[in-house]
Amino acid sequence: MKTRNIALQGIGAVLLAACASAPEPVVTEETIQRVIRSSYSTLEYKYPPEVMARMNQDDGQKMCTAVRNEVAKIPRAQLDAFIARAQQEIKYPASGKLTGDWKQGERIAQSGFGMRFGEQTDDPKRPNGGNCYACHQVAPQELAFGTIGPSLLGYGKQRGASEAMQKFVYDKIYNAWIVSPCSNMPRFGHHGFLTPEQITHVVALLLDPGSPVNK
Amino acid sequence: MRTLSRRAVVAAAAFAAATGFALAQTTEDEVLKYRRMIAEDNPGELWEIRGEALFKQRRGPKNASLEQCDFGMGPGVVKGAYARLPRYFADADRVMDMETRLVHCMVALQGFAPKDAVKTKFGDLNRESDIEALATYIAAQSNHMPIDVRLEHAKEREAYKIGETLFYRRMSKMDFACATCHADQGKRIRLQDLYNATNKKEIDNVMRGWPAYRVSNSTVRTMQHRLFDCGWQMRLPNVEFGSEWTVALHTYLSHGANGAEINVPGMRR
Repeated sequence: MKTRNIALQGIGAVLLAACASAPEPVVTEETIQRVIRSSYSTLEYKYPPEVMARMNQDDGQKMCTAVRNEVAKIPRAQLDAFIARAQQEIKYPASGKLTGDWKQGERIAQSGFGMRFGEQTDDPKRPNGGNCYACHQVAPQELAFGTIGPSLLGYGKQRGASEAMQKFVYDKIYNAWIVSPCSNMPRFGHHGFLTPEQITHVVALLLDPGSPVNK
Repeated sequence: MRTLSRRAVVAAAAFAAATGFALAQTTEDEVLKYRRMIAEDNPGELWEIRGEALFKQRRGPKNASLEQCDFGMGPGVVKGAYARLPRYFADADRVMDMETRLVHCMVALQGFAPKDAVKTKFGDLNRESDIEALATYIAAQSNHMPIDVRLEHAKEREAYKIGETLFYRRMSKMDFACATCHADQGKRIRLQDLYNATNKKEIDNVMRGWPAYRVSNSTVRTMQHRLFDCGWQMRLPNVEFGSEWTVALHTYLSHGANGAEINVPGMRR
């Protein structure tokens, strides 16, 4: 019995050693691409190339994923270049007017519609929504708001609605990572999720003195 | 289904608006009340009962039951098997979670074509899902046992690492990763509390209760469905049932909840 125990302990020690020395698996982008190919193999579903391409990261997503959103770890030059490019890429509405109709802005802020694909597919002819309330408190009347982002209650009241402020908010919604790289907020304009005109309506929701946000 | 959940949120909000307390306080109170209300009875037990009957019934082109399915503890052993999943299976040369293994057995033992085996992977109000019922029954045979995902095989360790990588990978039209919603403490989406997968207590509480009866869906859902649904919200193409992607994430999350006592079917919004 005793011998057997010792023998078992011996095996245990060998096993432990084997575990300790087993190399940690390294997961490269190549591995992930293999997983994507096998997991979205169109056995069950068929997708247009644009939808399949969503699995691949753009430069910003790669940059933020590599540091798990810890911006301080991104080399300064890389970050500066990213921000400069993002700023250049912003499209403004043809009218040049950066603030629109807060009532339309409220509808956009409420809606989570758009670009979902598969079991239920969103009609591309219907406008997308920004779903602001999913993460932010916005107008005080809506109590079903999320807390992933900060409260925006009184946003314009505290900051005014100057042209500079309008541009700041427009740019932030267009590409949140210009102001706050790798933040949780989606880059709505960058991805074409909201149109420039829609963004002006959300700017109005936040800044217009007549908007319930600022009452 | 989605309309229902939306209605519940609106109803809770409307109720909150009608009361005169401080806003945040009221909202949270009402959510708690709603939770308590739905926690009293769990209709998921009906799925478990139906799952047991399906499990023992001879079905498919080979007219066989699932009683000889090997969930990792040997053919026919269901008790405690779910607690050890996902794990590596030599006969398939890959890591599988419980739902994936179930489909594997439906194909191998009962002779279903892979496409037919996943035909009712997700139920809706018009069509019950065999997989949701079977999964509830199989998982419930590990009730009161601790989750015990061991990562002994190299492919299990790789699956874990892939899962972790995917959890933090930002993608698609919203720039979301799983971590966007599930790596911070005390956050909410609309009125829904978000669990933090990096917090031991919270991941334990979530993972011990899947499959779960989802009130807003009026059916039991599997972790496979939960992962699929998150991907859909992230505007990703729909991930395939039992794919390497889903099993890797499931491995990452289950291992994170090792030690948590299984209690299924759970009950979620």
